[in-house]
Amino acid sequence: MKYVDEFRDREKAATLVKKIQGLVSEIAITKDRPIAIMEVCGGHTHSIFRYGIEGMLPKEIELVHGPGCPVCVLPMGRIDDCVAVAERPEVICTTFGDAMRVPGSRKSLLQAKADGADVRMVYSPMDSLALARKNPDREVVFFGIGFETTMPSTALTILQAEAEGITNFSVFCNHITIVPTIKAILDSPDLQLDGFLGPGHVSMVIGTKPYEFVSRYYRRPMVVAGFEPLDVLQSIWMVLKQIKDGRAEIENQYARIVPDDGNDRALEAVAKVYELREFFEWRGLGSIDHSGVRIRDDYAVYDAEQKFAMPNIKIADPKSCQCGEVLKGVIKPWQCKVFGTACTPETPLGALMVSSEGACAAYYQYGGIKKQAVAS
Amino acid sequence: MNVIPISRPGRKLGTVSVPNVTLAHGGGGKAMKDLIDDVFISVFNGSGPDALEDQARIDLLGLTKLGDRVAFTTDSFVVDPLFFPGGDIGKLAICGTINDLAVGGAKPLYISCAAIIEEGVSVDLLRRIARSMAETAQAAGVRIVTGDTKVVHKGACDKVFLTTTGIGVIADGINLGVDQARPGDLVLVNGLLGDHGAAILGARGDMALDSPIVSDCAALHELIARLLQAAPHTRAIRDATRGGIATVLNEIADASGVSISVDEEHTPIRPEVKGFCEILGLDPLYLANEGKLVAVVPPDEAGAALLALRSDPLGRDAEIIGEVGEGESGRVTMHTVLGGVRIVDMLVGEQLPRIC
Repeated sequence: MKYVDEFRDREKAATLVKKIQGLVSEIAITKDRPIAIMEVCGGHTHSIFRYGIEGMLPKEIELVHGPGCPVCVLPMGRIDDCVAVAERPEVICTTFGDAMRVPGSRKSLLQAKADGADVRMVYSPMDSLALARKNPDREVVFFGIGFETTMPSTALTILQAEAEGITNFSVFCNHITIVPTIKAILDSPDLQLDGFLGPGHVSMVIGTKPYEFVSRYYRRPMVVAGFEPLDVLQSIWMVLKQIKDGRAEIENQYARIVPDDGNDRALEAVAKVYELREFFEWRGLGSIDHSGVRIRDDYAVYDAEQKFAMPNIKIADPKSCQCGEVLKGVIKPWQCKVFGTACTPETPLGALMVSSEGACAAYYQYGGIKKQAVAS
Repeated sequence: MNVIPISRPGRKLGTVSVPNVTLAHGGGGKAMKDLIDDVFISVFNGSGPDALEDQARIDLLGLTKLGDRVAFTTDSFVVDPLFFPGGDIGKLAICGTINDLAVGGAKPLYISCAAIIEEGVSVDLLRRIARSMAETAQAAGVRIVTGDTKVVHKGACDKVFLTTTGIGVIADGINLGVDQARPGDLVLVNGLLGDHGAAILGARGDMALDSPIVSDCAALHELIARLLQAAPHTRAIRDATRGGIATVLNEIADASGVSISVDEEHTPIRPEVKGFCEILGLDPLYLANEGKLVAVVPPDEAGAALLALRSDPLGRDAEIIGEVGEGESGRVTMHTVLGGVRIVDMLVGEQLPRIC
């Protein structure tokens, strides 16, 4: 595919890996543990596993798969609330595909569908609005999840519904924001990260400036990265270069897509429709201040939380689950007590086993159990 | 069982004059007989002395001339939509059953067809499906010899479900098996992967595609006969239907206690299917095929096998995609275009599009 295959070129990859090896050998002599780089975004995690990138890197580099899979970090209580709404007879519940499998405390949306709830998979909130148009006697609810990447499209859909005067459409808003989450990770006392790959799609919306605290206050390098394998390799090289030079800066590898100032129109829609929640519950990470948004009162008629009585029960993560430590990079997925035993993709306990972008599911599926094992 | 009575020469076939099927067409009376006559008997190519019996009768002696084992298979078809670019449920059912016989090395001969029909379905739609089955069977040289219909209440099934059962004969000396792969063997496919899965998803209309992706739905028995002639020691053949090629490779690796490594660069996938998968976050290795086989062939016959496949229109894009190894038993890996290695595991549930 033109404009895509160029970013998957084997020779260029080999050259980059060689350059990475060179830098690593210079850095490694000053360190007594692996160089830990966290990719914040689930899309990067997917690319890393899909192309076997981890096995191509020198063993001194450890990739830590961060919290950037919005499906993975959804707490059980929110799924329960969504299931409760979906089970109302007048409701058509619409959702992105991979959110259907996330376990709630009672059931997932997939199970709710099997039990008779009208749950439908959509590719965009606009599909959901189209369903509302087509079914004026039903209540269509969109299960809004995702970081700043998907936040604007949900906002624009609400604005569109308002413009058309459609009233049988609402959003169960679970959108979350990336910056407080990165901050929470950086504040964790057991932090062992040397640098970050910044999220590409999120940054296309918010730009690169919101990350400046990472370099300024926490002295960690961050490179906003694209999703093609060469993007990822080049970004890793850029992070290493900063580490070697003793720099901590926010660099933009994905400049072909990400403007430093973000996307004004998207940000405008976001600001118009949402306001920050005081706190939001994350699976594995607990409550993080200002890490989620809710729909402003001006758009209350489109807010499923206001339209329907939600049980709104908080469900604690299963005790045996160590998703939080994995998300923060303290342990690797396979070091978790229940990885591959009580927690598998068939019966996920923790969120990271649910979505194919979740670090644990990715390790389980793509079997990156030991990089040496597959690098042969 | 209301069997499809195979037509006796000169018997006048009933016809249906109403546009849609009702429960009366499943009632066992004249309406049902008319429906079966009109839709199925009028186009199916079976006939013989056993006409009007509750079962097809097959001459044993005729079978034993063809080989030493009977192959017997059954499969149900519930595709939505019923008609899609490159095929329909009828063609799918016949090809699917032929392929399930053929991958065992059998010559497919006879097929039965049972249809579960939702009341309200248009008779014309059924006629189109039956005609497609008849044409596919005729082109493939197999006969549809018996069958059954049931009509169920609205909502009890989705328009039409088909179940086809097939009988074929395996010639002496052919011993294909998924447990036969040995280290050093090569793995072949007969062409571009994932077309059917992408065609079905595309035809559901969720994605606006410029040009539709066409299903690869095809009967592979002649291609397989050609392959077995060129590579008589072929170890295993499987058609890569549900779960795609990834699932078949895992089944072979598991059953044979070997590892398999495939090379992404030589795995043939159409750019449109690749693009489709990228947008939806799907993996083409897990998409269904309906006209693609995976063959494991000993190394000294692989060249001949590839040539044989490529000499047939259904194998024009055939490739050697990988190799059987001694590594961890049951493990399937892929060397990626980038130069890395990933593991290709069995899928857990249905493949769901990713959010971003």
